Amino acid sequence: MQPLVEIRSLTKTFAGKRRNPDVLAVDTIDLNIMKNEFITILGPSGCGKSTLLRIVAGLEEKSSGNIYLDQQEIHGPSSDRGMVFQAYSLFPWLNVQQNIQFGLKNKKMEPKRRNEIARDYIELVGLGGFESHYPKQLSGGMQQRVAIARALANDPEVLLMDEPFGALDNQTRLLMQELLLDVWEKTKKTVLFITHDVEESIFLANRVLVMTARPGRIKADIPIEIEHPRSYHLKVDPRFLNYKKQLTELIREETLKVMRE
Amino acid sequence: MKNGLAGKHIAEQASPLLDPGMSNQKKRKRRRWIEPRGSISLQLYLALSVISFVLMLAGWSALTYTGVIDPLFLPSPSRIIQSGFKLFTEFHFIGDILATVLRVFEGFILALILGVILGLLIGTFKVVEAFFEPMISFIRYMPVSAFIPLFILWIGVGDSEKVLVIFFGSIFSIILMVAVEVGTVRSELLEASFTLGSTPFGVLRSVILPASMPGIMEIARLVLGWAWTYIVVAELVASSSGIGHVIIESQRMLRTSNIIFGILTIGILGLITDLVLKLIIRKMFPWSYGR
Ligand SMILES: Nc1ncnc2c1ncn2[C@@H]1O[C@H](COP(=O)(O)OP(=O)(O)OP(=O)(O)O)[C@@H](O)[C@H]1O
Ligand SMILES: [Mg+2]
Repeated sequence: MQPLVEIRSLTKTFAGKRRNPDVLAVDTIDLNIMKNEFITILGPSGCGKSTLLRIVAGLEEKSSGNIYLDQQEIHGPSSDRGMVFQAYSLFPWLNVQQNIQFGLKNKKMEPKRRNEIARDYIELVGLGGFESHYPKQLSGGMQQRVAIARALANDPEVLLMDEPFGALDNQTRLLMQELLLDVWEKTKKTVLFITHDVEESIFLANRVLVMTARPGRIKADIPIEIEHPRSYHLKVDPRFLNYKKQLTELIREETLKVMRE
Repeated sequence: MKNGLAGKHIAEQASPLLDPGMSNQKKRKRRRWIEPRGSISLQLYLALSVISFVLMLAGWSALTYTGVIDPLFLPSPSRIIQSGFKLFTEFHFIGDILATVLRVFEGFILALILGVILGLLIGTFKVVEAFFEPMISFIRYMPVSAFIPLFILWIGVGDSEKVLVIFFGSIFSIILMVAVEVGTVRSELLEASFTLGSTPFGVLRSVILPASMPGIMEIARLVLGWAWTYIVVAELVASSSGIGHVIIESQRMLRTSNIIFGILTIGILGLITDLVLKLIIRKMFPWSYGR
């Protein structure tokens, strides 16, 4: 079967500004993403995770290599690759409903259809009753739910998420993981998800990729063979703990490298 | 201030043991008004505002009713009210006010429309910025009052010359401030909209413009305040109507109280437009102000 997204020897060098040396952020990464896969990327801080994701989104220029979506090479951002940022990416002048319809409006969809879709996704992320609230009236967790609904409503081929729960408190974060898992089990959307959190990476994923310290390469590619639907009880399951042990070791090595620099 | 903060710390720690409740609260309340950005009650705020006006009026009355100052230099408050009344009843002052207001609004609205468009383009597209920005920064520092003789030479002394002064005095500041405002729009918003399928002009229309709208309205409020000062300068030179014209005529006839009444009128007009704009802005952008 053809992969949905193919990344071929992707490399990114940031030109050093004023006498600073160039920064090699992403180093010849190869990656195949199959349809319906939920992939999490785990890596130490500054290893190039965001850079990789932003290049796939088309928000950052690559230095060399190729990226294909459905065998078409990608150029620049487009609605076929939806993105959820860490925080504050909602349009503050639009209410929840209007935020979710933003992409649909770009597609010139008729208002009736737009409203229906928005209502469905508001339901999906559990925000019924908050349709006409403005972002500043919502908690951080609710804002991220709107951001997820907004990206999904556009029906992208792949959903890119850059530490979407990184700015939330721990309790909210755990609930958001369950919510996202639930959403994925219903929609089977292809997801590329970046995180610092080992438990989060296992809990959500079909595959966990571990990146090396900068320059970012793929150090390990670990399939998570745990069936769906998953619940939070999984986090004390021996299989889960085994993955956790393995990944903690891998990520620790890389973090130590960063510390020694 | 340092002592104050340290004191508060100690008071808070000690109070539950020594004296729960009242005295601690009192202390905190008393200190609120010297805390940076601390809030005060509405009553206190209004009282202080009224007191400042009352003090000014009292000082003025003391100087004028006692005859310390010659009325030629500073007439008493009642003299000014009298002459204001006379201006309206005998000299059709309302016509001058309308003439002035009309000129300000014509010049200002033209400047606002053109200035916002150019400011948005400069703030959004680097090529437009490179073309316009240095030139505008240069022109902006030329005082508009110095251009008045030139404008008169070009288009005469009619209404359009006054409007041009307002336009010229306002537009460059509007352009530059709008461009800066556009630069403060969070890049996440632009990026999010690109991943939601927006085109570059779509981003300009449906992200950059609405995101900077409250800021643009605040800029409009600020610049409109300046426009009131330019109009008087324009009307002081070669004018046959308007508040500035009344002021300069009164000076020729040594009617000091008319001059002061004219000045006060402009102040009040400025205050009213400012308040109205402020209210409109709050109403228009509930997402930006308050909850
Ligand atoms: N626009 C840029 N210009 C120059 N250097 C950059 C730029 N963006 C990122 N970098 C550098 O590239 C490297 C990778 O950055 P990136 O943001 O991708 O890391 P990350 O893995 O997402 O880190 P974090 O976990 O902290 O979010 C870092 O060393 C960073 O300093
Ligand atoms: Mg990052």
